[in-house]
Amino acid sequence: MSPIGKAFPRKEGRKKVTGKALYVDDLSFPGMLHGVTVRSPSPRGRITKISFEGDIPWDEFTVVTAKDIPGANYVALILNDQPYLAADFVNHPEEPILLLAHRDKYLLEEARRNVRIEIEEQPAIFNLEDSLARKEIIWGEDNVFKKYLVDKGNVDEVWANADFIVEGEYETGAQEQLYIENNGAIAIANADKGVTVWGSMQCPYYVHKALVKLFDLPEEKIRIIQTETGGGFGGKEEYPSLIAGHAALLAWKSGKPVKMIYDRAEDMVATTKRHPSRTRHKTAVTKDGKLLAVEIDFVIDGGAYCTLSPVVLSRGTIHSAGPYVCPNVRIHSRAVATNVPPHGAFRGFGAPQSIFALERHMDKVARTVGLTPEEFRRRNFIHEGETTATSQVIRERVDMDQLLTRALQLSNYHEKRERFARENAESNGRFRKKRGVGFATFMHGAGFTGSGEVYLQSVVSAEATVEGVVRILAASTEIGQGTNTIFSQIASEALGLDVDLIEIVQPDTAHVPNSGPTVASRTSMVVGKLVESAVTGLKQTLIGSSLLPHEYGQSEFKRACAEYIARFGSLKTSSTYQPPPNVHWDDEKYQGDAYGAYAWAVYVAEVSFDELTYAAHVEDFVALQEVGRVLNPVLAAGQIEGGVAQAIGFTLFENVVWKDGRMANNQMTNYIIPTPVDIPPIRVYFEENPYAYGPGGAKGIGELPMDGAAPAILNALENATGVSFNEIPLLPETLMVKLL
Amino acid sequence: MNNRHTVEFKVNGEARSLEVFSMARLLDVLREQLQLTGTKEGCGEGECGACTVIIDGQIVNSCLVPMAQVNGCEITTIEGVAGGDQLHAVQQAFIDHGGAQCGICTPGMVLAAVDLLNRNPEPTEHDIRNGLAGNLCRCTGYMKIFESVVRAYKK
Ligand code: FES
Ligand code: FES
Repeated sequence: MSPIGKAFPRKEGRKKVTGKALYVDDLSFPGMLHGVTVRSPSPRGRITKISFEGDIPWDEFTVVTAKDIPGANYVALILNDQPYLAADFVNHPEEPILLLAHRDKYLLEEARRNVRIEIEEQPAIFNLEDSLARKEIIWGEDNVFKKYLVDKGNVDEVWANADFIVEGEYETGAQEQLYIENNGAIAIANADKGVTVWGSMQCPYYVHKALVKLFDLPEEKIRIIQTETGGGFGGKEEYPSLIAGHAALLAWKSGKPVKMIYDRAEDMVATTKRHPSRTRHKTAVTKDGKLLAVEIDFVIDGGAYCTLSPVVLSRGTIHSAGPYVCPNVRIHSRAVATNVPPHGAFRGFGAPQSIFALERHMDKVARTVGLTPEEFRRRNFIHEGETTATSQVIRERVDMDQLLTRALQLSNYHEKRERFARENAESNGRFRKKRGVGFATFMHGAGFTGSGEVYLQSVVSAEATVEGVVRILAASTEIGQGTNTIFSQIASEALGLDVDLIEIVQPDTAHVPNSGPTVASRTSMVVGKLVESAVTGLKQTLIGSSLLPHEYGQSEFKRACAEYIARFGSLKTSSTYQPPPNVHWDDEKYQGDAYGAYAWAVYVAEVSFDELTYAAHVEDFVALQEVGRVLNPVLAAGQIEGGVAQAIGFTLFENVVWKDGRMANNQMTNYIIPTPVDIPPIRVYFEENPYAYGPGGAKGIGELPMDGAAPAILNALENATGVSFNEIPLLPETLMVKLL
Repeated sequence: MNNRHTVEFKVNGEARSLEVFSMARLLDVLREQLQLTGTKEGCGEGECGACTVIIDGQIVNSCLVPMAQVNGCEITTIEGVAGGDQLHAVQQAFIDHGGAQCGICTPGMVLAAVDLLNRNPEPTEHDIRNGLAGNLCRCTGYMKIFESVVRAYKK
């Protein structure tokens, strides 16, 4: 019986429900010190003086500054502009300047408060408008980390003759990932053995690459081990390189193991968040609702250093024109610098921002043309054989029409639309709840953009033991999304063995090859495919050596493994990424096959709006998507439900309050994420359409659910109130101001 | 506040007597002195419920409990919610129905669910939502947690 499509329980589930799973803060080593970071007191300026004050036994402390760094003082990533420790200039108000370690974590906290850093302040800028206006040049020559231009056809020739031109502007705010386990790392480091770090992370090889530079050591002297990770959502994609490096610098200088765990306040104030964005749309349409030209200006706020902004911008750019065909498309996009802590990866990676703008705008265009949101989209959906904004020809079967029909049925959309209109009208003049329904139609590309996967050259290995257990070696991390279980199912299917005979090896750069980062909804689809081919290689090796017949059972497999290992010493195979055929991408022109495959979706939200309290509440949510084959229905639905809940938070609750570049509400008490009482029933449905190049037919799924909820909810709110809202988070305060 | 006191209490049925600062947090003592690391810290301010334990039949956030308050108390942590290698019905249901993803909220969530079912053996959906309202999960969107609770009592 094929294990694909079955609800296998999570492989490490037992450890997690019994409290035995070991997260980084659960580990400790003999003689271990604790480490903390001393950060900048102001957003921008020159460091003039550091003094160690108070009644603190300073000689007991390990103190690390930029001068103690053995290698290069930057976090190696894309542009290498972010220092591990600021040496003389700070660019954001939480910039690390100095590190302290001590045995006693209470004394350490007191010591941290007694380091005084003096800054000669320079003018700073805190939002993307000021950055674009170059009120101050704070990065490079023009504050721009990266820009793209996508140009298809010629929009300029269209405007003059269009029946309608519709413009709109849309904004999204920062969002904190708020994994429940804070960032943390433990390091042991010395010149002799090199550096070993245990930590909560998504991408062990990102940390590895960064520490090789930081310590100027050969690759084999740096070892990174992922401990059980309590959520990531992108927040543990690039940030762990920083905290791991800090812990390692303290360990290097003190000669002792050093544990560095952020508390919630520090994690929220200092680590990355979702990039705030502003999008402008200008759309030309015919009177019968056909898109003629689309011009999009998409800007994201990258914070003080480049980090991953170019890639976030890239995904946001490519997704900004959505699942529609249009002959003329121009997209300009920019990631700009501000003096706030760097923004970074967060589930969706730029796409939730640009899709929010697009799907709000599509409702506006529909209204202008005089069509329903549904009919207008139907007239413009992309089909197999047609091209996206980057001129990618869609070669898979895609049926957005059918998805839309089904989602509207499942949510009872038409009936509700009619009933709510009637009821809302009846309630006019009296305070009560108004209700509305709205939807969004969208797509999300899986895997790295363009040629990204080709550059990565990911590798997965499989190794058999004499007991006939197959061990999967990959750097892809389990962060709650189900990597362990999915890989086991894929290997089990390819080998015809029980899932229990598959073992997933803990990601440890000393033992596992680089299967690439655990990001971009690539783990099941791209790395899973490598798992499939690595274990297939193993099987073929056994068959090729005549130790295993073509048809075999578990005991024959075990015997063959034992025999092979007895003869040849070991049995291990590896598989390296091969792009699917006919994938071409032009990095210069930003044209071509942006992604190997897309997931397609329609999300429908029903909201109520309380005229007395100004609270908007999501009452019902239908999430319908086509993600290729569903490998494990419970895990897949869990991904969608979790993503939708985060997206509801993004839309209606999660408000980062900024004060001079610093998050002022860096506590769970006043940065509100959805609780068990805030979430509507999230009804998840899949449409299955196997993808030829995914393992078992699967496509990526993890980020998709972050994309569609925000516009669906705001479209529903407009339906309920008759007022158009184009900024999120949309809090009761804002609703009140606009509706009073 | 820097005074050390002897505090006597029971954890998972075992009597303990410890020298501690009276203002030390129960959470830290469990994790660091008793190596019961199944109890997690998510916020340290009583918001997330990751540090949930049961004291004398009541769920509490152990990050808010000073040691001075646990003298003479009986504490159950995730490690003691079922005997030995056994699983509590709630734990089994969380495994079978996707109630745990990254798992960091899970020990607290399981204890909150156990406590809810002790007080209310057949909760409605509304009861479940309210019973778990003090426990935050960022991964699941709660749907599979609610389902796990229902399956645990329907078993
Ligand atoms: S750690 Fe105690 S409630 Fe969050
Ligand atoms: S399972 Fe990750 S926070 Fe709940």
